[in-house]
Amino acid sequence: MTGILAQNTLSRSLLQNVSNIVKRLSSHFTYYPDESKPIDGQTNKMNMMQAINNAMDITLKTDSSSVLFGEDVAFGGVFRCALGLQEKYGKDRVFNTPLCEQGIAGFGIGMATAGATAIAEIQFADYIFPAFDQLVNEAAKCRYRSGGQFDCGGLTVRAPCGAVGHGGLYHSQSPEAFFTHAPGLKVVVPRGPIAAKGLLLSCIRDRDPCIFLEPKILYRSAAEEVPVDSYEIPIGKAHILREGDAATLVAWGTQVHVLLQVADMASEKLGINCEVIDLMSILPWDEETVCNSVKKTGRCLVAHEAPLTSGFGAELAATVQAECFLHLEAPVSRVTGWDAPFPHVFEPFYLPDTMRCFSALQQLINY
Amino acid sequence: MALRSGLSLLRYISLRTSSRVLSTHINPEINQNGEKTAEFPGAKAPYVTEMKFLNENSYESIPIYRVLDNNGDVILANEEPTLDKETLLNMYKSMVQLNQMDKILYESQRQGRISFYMTNYGEEGMHVGSAAALSPQDLIFAQYREVGVLLYRGMTITELINQCYGNHEDPGKGRHMPVHYGSKQLNVVTISSPLATQMPQAVGAAYAFKRTPDNDRCVICYFGEGAASEGDAFAAFNFAATLDCPVILFCRNNGYAISTPSSEQYRGDGIAARGPSMGLHTIRVDGTDALAVYNAVARARELAVKNKPVLIEAMSYRVGHHSTSDDSTAYRSLEEIQKWTSDENPVQKLRLYLERKGLWNEESEKSLIKESRDFVVRTMQDAEKKKKPHWKEMFEDVYYDMPLKLQKQMHEMEDHLRKYEEHYPMENYEKE
Repeated sequence: MTGILAQNTLSRSLLQNVSNIVKRLSSHFTYYPDESKPIDGQTNKMNMMQAINNAMDITLKTDSSSVLFGEDVAFGGVFRCALGLQEKYGKDRVFNTPLCEQGIAGFGIGMATAGATAIAEIQFADYIFPAFDQLVNEAAKCRYRSGGQFDCGGLTVRAPCGAVGHGGLYHSQSPEAFFTHAPGLKVVVPRGPIAAKGLLLSCIRDRDPCIFLEPKILYRSAAEEVPVDSYEIPIGKAHILREGDAATLVAWGTQVHVLLQVADMASEKLGINCEVIDLMSILPWDEETVCNSVKKTGRCLVAHEAPLTSGFGAELAATVQAECFLHLEAPVSRVTGWDAPFPHVFEPFYLPDTMRCFSALQQLINY
Repeated sequence: MALRSGLSLLRYISLRTSSRVLSTHINPEINQNGEKTAEFPGAKAPYVTEMKFLNENSYESIPIYRVLDNNGDVILANEEPTLDKETLLNMYKSMVQLNQMDKILYESQRQGRISFYMTNYGEEGMHVGSAAALSPQDLIFAQYREVGVLLYRGMTITELINQCYGNHEDPGKGRHMPVHYGSKQLNVVTISSPLATQMPQAVGAAYAFKRTPDNDRCVICYFGEGAASEGDAFAAFNFAATLDCPVILFCRNNGYAISTPSSEQYRGDGIAARGPSMGLHTIRVDGTDALAVYNAVARARELAVKNKPVLIEAMSYRVGHHSTSDDSTAYRSLEEIQKWTSDENPVQKLRLYLERKGLWNEESEKSLIKESRDFVVRTMQDAEKKKKPHWKEMFEDVYYDMPLKLQKQMHEMEDHLRKYEEHYPMENYEKE
């Protein structure tokens, strides 16, 4: 048995394993790197894991009240986003907590209430639900119930979310919509390294508690030229990634890349130009940018991995029809995960992949 | 070394029956309000006039019950369980099969043949010792590292491997990640990934048993020392005690929750110390000693079926990585692991015991290993050839009857696949 262990330990590493996972999965979307430059100055090639690490590094360096904690965070966290930070900033600032998500969230709320900056890591978004009470009843309502005397704006809860190719029921979920139903919270999902760094720094410095959902498949998908210095990307401002007049395609996180590919397919096969919008933050979301685009294109398609019923696409569709009713050429189309739990071996049939989105776009155009 | 630890064990055993001593003892000369204890609704306790805070050093450590020493010798003859040859061999064979399955499936994940795997090395003694002491009717709520329990209960290697491959013969229909087994027939509730959620559920199931006329069943719930930090663990302890449930709460304290050592998981005297404080019958046992675990669970079962809930903390060491997504050398040394694969190896201890009893030898060991390995490899090759379930299985079992909306979604997918079949891995899935 010793032999087995030694052999396994020597021959394999986590890094290799994660890249295997990504390889197995590469079919579900093509990564479209962000070539924008949020600020001038030096850039480094970073993947999303490194960009998140960099944002937390900047925070720990510049904000002496800030701490980073969660399950297995001391050695870098299971996705390695905190790698090297304990060595750099000490065990009182970067540390393991007992295995208890409600504890992690409550502890973070308490730290923030006392004026500190708390970055709490939940190991998987699928495991955030024991913390639901703390986040929805406490974090979200802290300022409101105290008449503005107290707040926990210093809290940011990070959690890896979304499909990863083999995660099954409990390592694949996208729970963003649950949290958008709790006024007082902000919910942010980045699509890649540049967005992740700027948005995470915004969340950490925001005056309200933020839930920062990191699509785990993007951690090592691709690297971008990420500015080395500190920068923020505003929460609540959508990004138009592709301009067009035929239809507005809206998504966040991994799904943005799926829709960028669909836009390419549309221009290649249908000869039309679609406008692609990354919402960047789900709550608050940028109604103005989305509705102005839909008023121009007359057609709107929203896609997300989470199930259809009560997914955030429902909120977008309702707002778009209310704001753009007279401009719409077709009902808003939603392409999403099915109304079933996220299934292990059926993932290729469950996801709103390029073919399902492309097919829905064709129907939208031909309505 | 072996002798010294043997002696210290004897010392522990003599401590076993002694009650835990409070350093803040009651001085009888102190006026206790007419020598009466207080009658608060929340506490019946004596008054004292000396103010003293209790801390983790106020109590002796709960000792660790052991039957075998490192050499497989029985330490105290009257503690040796009376197990027939067949049971003992079943226990041992389950351990060896488990090791072989772990070895091969771990490698198969590394080769990309299955998506995920978790090994059970170091914890085999807890599995077979507890499983052998239960009735097949007792309901099992497991975490994810108790495969030896399932093997002993009668789950076949074929069923287990089919689950890992998520093929059409997987009873879970391919929906769950590998190692999330379950069998209605064998009274094993399908494993869920979130930690500790099964604990209050186990207590609830036990309460339902209790209400069954002439109940002779109990529920056993396995969980790790990490999971014991979840709020659900507290709920389970408290519900089990206050509602007098026929349940055995079995903690596998293997020292690590992924990378987090137990020293960062809790303070005080481990999980066992929580038992008496919450009204549970409690024992701490050497989890690397299958016979000690057997004795503890057999006795726990007697208590449980009389509606006296029990907490067992079995001490062991997680020899393997947490899972195939983990490299434990990032947070622990090879030297540390070494100790637990040699002196304190549960499989070795039981083998030495069996050899001493003349029930096992080098020859039988070799042939069992070969037989197990060959069977696992063959089963794996078969499982690999079997197709995944039909994609429509994705929509089944969400509800008892498929709602109209879901039927509509299924038909939508059917139309989509009719048009774009070539973009989907249809060949890997069963046809209708």
